[in-house]
Amino acid sequence: MTRSLTMDRPDDRNRLDAMAQGVIGQPLDRPDGPAKVTGTAPYAAEYPVDGMAEGVLVTATISKGEVTAIDEQSVLSMPGVLAVISDQRMTARAAQGGAGEAPVQQVRQVQYYGQPIAVVLAETFEQARDAAKHLKVTYREDDDAVTDPHDPAAPTETYDEPIDQGNLAQAMAQAAYAVDVTYTTEGHNSAPMEPHASIAEWDGQTLTLHSSLQMLAYNQKELADSLDLAPEQVRLISPYVGGGFGSKLGISPEGVAASVAAMQLNRPVRVVMLRQQVFQCVMRRSETTQRLRLAADANGRLTGFGHEARVSNLPEEEFAEPVTQASEFLYPGEHRRLAIELARVNLMTAGSVRAPGEAVGMQVLESAMDELANAIGMDPVELRLRNIPDQHPSEGIPYSSRKLVECLKAGAERFGWDGSDRTPGQRREGEWWIGTGMANACRVHNINEAQARVTLSPDGTAIVASDMTDIGTGTYAILGQIAGEMLGLDPADVLVQLGDTTLPPGSGSGGSWGAASTGSAVFEACEAIREHLAEQLGTTEEELTLKDGFAIAGNRRVALPDLLAGAEVERTGHFKPGEITEAFAAAMYGAFFAEVAVNAYTGETRVRRFAGAFSMGRVLNEKTATSQCMGGMVWGIGSALTEELTFDARDGHLVNPDLAEYHIPVNLDVPHLDVVLVDERDPAGSPLQAKGVGELGICGAAGAINNAIYHACGVRVRSFPMTPDKLLAELPDP
Amino acid sequence: MTPVTYLRADSSAAAIALGAADGHRLLGGGTNLIDLMRKGVEQPAVLVDVSGLAAPITEAADGSLVIGAAARNSDVAAHPLVRARYPMLARAILAGASAQIRNMATVGGNLMQRTRCVYFADAAGSRCNKRVPGSGCDALGGFTRYHAILGASPACIATHPSDMAVALVALDARLHLAGADGVRSVALANFHQLPGDSPEVETMLAPGEMILAVELPPVQPMRSTYRKVRDRASYAFALVSVAAGIVVEDGRIADVRIAVGGVAAKPWRAARAEASLRDGPASVEAFVQAAQAELAQADPLPGNAFKVQLAERTLVAVLTDLAGGDA
Ligand SMILES: Cc1cc2nc3c(=O)[nH]c(=O)nc-3n(C[C@H](O)[C@H](O)[C@H](O)COP(=O)(O)OP(=O)(O)OC[C@H]3O[C@@H](n4cnc5c(N)ncnc54)[C@H](O)[C@@H]3O)c2cc1C
Ligand code: SF4
Repeated sequence: MTRSLTMDRPDDRNRLDAMAQGVIGQPLDRPDGPAKVTGTAPYAAEYPVDGMAEGVLVTATISKGEVTAIDEQSVLSMPGVLAVISDQRMTARAAQGGAGEAPVQQVRQVQYYGQPIAVVLAETFEQARDAAKHLKVTYREDDDAVTDPHDPAAPTETYDEPIDQGNLAQAMAQAAYAVDVTYTTEGHNSAPMEPHASIAEWDGQTLTLHSSLQMLAYNQKELADSLDLAPEQVRLISPYVGGGFGSKLGISPEGVAASVAAMQLNRPVRVVMLRQQVFQCVMRRSETTQRLRLAADANGRLTGFGHEARVSNLPEEEFAEPVTQASEFLYPGEHRRLAIELARVNLMTAGSVRAPGEAVGMQVLESAMDELANAIGMDPVELRLRNIPDQHPSEGIPYSSRKLVECLKAGAERFGWDGSDRTPGQRREGEWWIGTGMANACRVHNINEAQARVTLSPDGTAIVASDMTDIGTGTYAILGQIAGEMLGLDPADVLVQLGDTTLPPGSGSGGSWGAASTGSAVFEACEAIREHLAEQLGTTEEELTLKDGFAIAGNRRVALPDLLAGAEVERTGHFKPGEITEAFAAAMYGAFFAEVAVNAYTGETRVRRFAGAFSMGRVLNEKTATSQCMGGMVWGIGSALTEELTFDARDGHLVNPDLAEYHIPVNLDVPHLDVVLVDERDPAGSPLQAKGVGELGICGAAGAINNAIYHACGVRVRSFPMTPDKLLAELPDP
Repeated sequence: MTPVTYLRADSSAAAIALGAADGHRLLGGGTNLIDLMRKGVEQPAVLVDVSGLAAPITEAADGSLVIGAAARNSDVAAHPLVRARYPMLARAILAGASAQIRNMATVGGNLMQRTRCVYFADAAGSRCNKRVPGSGCDALGGFTRYHAILGASPACIATHPSDMAVALVALDARLHLAGADGVRSVALANFHQLPGDSPEVETMLAPGEMILAVELPPVQPMRSTYRKVRDRASYAFALVSVAAGIVVEDGRIADVRIAVGGVAAKPWRAARAEASLRDGPASVEAFVQAAQAELAQADPLPGNAFKVQLAERTLVAVLTDLAGGDA
């Protein structure tokens, strides 16, 4: 039996708080933890499959043109080599998140350096890799490739409808205080620990793919469409995912290549991306150029707000880094202009990388807000407090629950914020200038359609099943807690099964929507089960208490096995976003506070203290939510100081395609991270009153660091990452 | 496939005999060589593992410290005599790579490690005079942030990446090189070669020779340190590094030794800076002057011009710090 809910209006019933088990929100360990840390959780490439052939992708060494010939004979005689496949069903790019259809497939039409063009199959991985290296490929090279992401001559188009309200230029001219600044950010890679990997098995009718993916219900369609199969002929298995961060939202080239090869060779095929391929042929976060125009009146209240960005992507890709997403509603200013220009370049696909839009949009916006606070001479926290709009500044709709003020206050208190004197260069310890900075955090709340099945067994234990994924975020834990709370069970008695398309289609993990969406499907299913149990007990669902495996109503207390009397109860919850998504501006909020040290001689920056207060609706598990915030803040440090995809502008090849050269933060770069979770229920967020947390911790984090650097030494770096060379030229004498 | 034969040498004599043949390469911890083999940059037919050779760290009669080439980087950094007498060396080693890599890496391998030039490492896509002599240098006009500002040539602008070598060169280390004809001793300062027209020649090691040991002469007690400047706090190669030791007597510099890393194809002994400082006042002005004297020879590229200023400022920071303390 399926119970559906289309969320058209807020759910004020606050059901979870009325339950008795007391496990929701608790900092429980993840049930999948022990398997992961003991290496017994199988990841995509780790399934023992008999008779497996190994494939290695061959990638293009030009940025634009055509593969005119692939000399298979050059490698077919090499030991163990089985085949060279460059088939029209293979994919040249990964699918964008939620695409549900095949991505660009013409592998022989090269659009970027590193594009997959073929796969070489052999008995062993070493043989395949060696043959891939020796494969002779001939190209016809075009001479009009755009290989410099910042190339001003790149063809551009306006993305979406810009928001144009009032007269921003006039507001700027008439403002008591105005800031008009342009910042740049560079490309980022998701760099998940587990590379993209797939094992394909074809039995002549159905294709089974063990793969590392985030959104199986969509990936199933993408893969089926790529291969000209019906979705029912494709089964995806992905119970454990070693990090995704957006890079596994869509089906990726190695999965399609493995499938094509398995169908052609009639034997199982494994293809694992090399680390360099993870960097070169999946997804990058676009570099951005962002102009911020902020006009404020004498009280520091925004009257004009402009956020215009230029981002890039390959031809034919619809995705444009949505840099202005939070800018649409975070701050007031009746004179507004928000616009995104999309440049067409021949560099690997730009797509979703953790917190697309806000990750780099907020860090720049919040740096510019700091410039405004300094121009006014105002505590930047006070400036934020004075600029909280009453309603969506363009659409006029109300906000759902918004705890920005609480976050600003809680964060400031935890950090010990003193914003009274923002003059830079006041504090010095040895060689180091010390400064503090803050920023708002903001990320839109998304929800997505999801189904989950809950089965209450006659023995009083339960099974939750969905093709939802756990990409390291804690999905196994929170779904068990939701079911445990609703059904009065210890979460240890709830088995959560995920990551298999034979299970009901969940929301997938992406856009921070997993918990609120699939969690709501579980909630729906549990409510239906509760109704059934109430009926069995001769009471109403509202009167029913479920706790510790007992059903309680009035003065009756019956153990679940007795009540069930040998019959299992199975319900499927089906959650759909409805009118609610248009009725409210729903978002997660927070505030960052950072203390940095900037070396007066060398311009090196080290983050010394970093606190964040966040509100995300109901916290489903305090431990996993805190971890998500911390992970986001670590990403913020990387975005602020070190992370940058460096392309050689002459031919568009990525010069730092591995973890030795692409610098994510290491332990020593990350100080103690102080995370405060602000209590909140958002009835418009989901029936759980929960929103999302996976991305919030990045959105603005690097801005706090930028502002702290300025406060430390008086240098405003408008180009991220803020490496020593960018500070050096402007540093005061040591 | 490119088959590789793996042999383990049980003595240095055996290693020399085995390593001399064409296509044979000595293998230390493999942290550099194996990576480059995977990338197709290095293609030895036979690996002769020397990492298991005895690698004692012993004090000679004259007070020198002799470190076997197979000593692990982490063991050298932790050795009590190294820490007591050559603290800048311990610091330099610990500033390099990661704990895991230092546990594997040998002293010989560290000195012989290849440049981190990304075009050198890109065997499939880039031209490189060091990899294929005469083929051209794709680094020129490309990504040069980690490239040389001193001693480079139009043929090659690569830097030597070792941190350890920078401290060793400041400490006047000598290398014991062994070949079929016996053992010779050379100054480390002369060991690495500037590129000139033949960047493929990186050291004065003759074919068939191996590094047997590193010898550190006794040094008078001095305030010394190793300072590495980089984007992230650990696990990154130096943009610029400085190994320096200084003896100040009555406000004057009685002895000074300085080497700079990340700026040239060799660990760069800053002889001009040293000369400018020796017997002079230990003042910030003198430090600035000395740093400028050294960097006057710099010939940077657009992509690494900041390193001139960075090197100057780092030198001043280190010297000021060393002169300011009291032990
Ligand atoms: C991710 C990463 C980061 C790193 N970061 C740093 C850093 O910050 N600073 C730094 O200094 N280093 C760094 N390194 C480099 C590291 O220090 C070297 O890889 C290591 O020292 C090499 O030692 P090995 O014994 O493993 O050499 P191998 O890889 O075994 O050998 C390297 C070379 O030395 C030759 N060789 C070995 N022994 C002898 C001998 N006795 N005589 C003659 N030739 C010999 C080999 O033939 C080979 O050519 C890093 C490495 C990696 C992978
Ligand atoms: S700088 Fe030297 S190592 Fe780098 S590409 Fe040029 S020649 Fe090769």
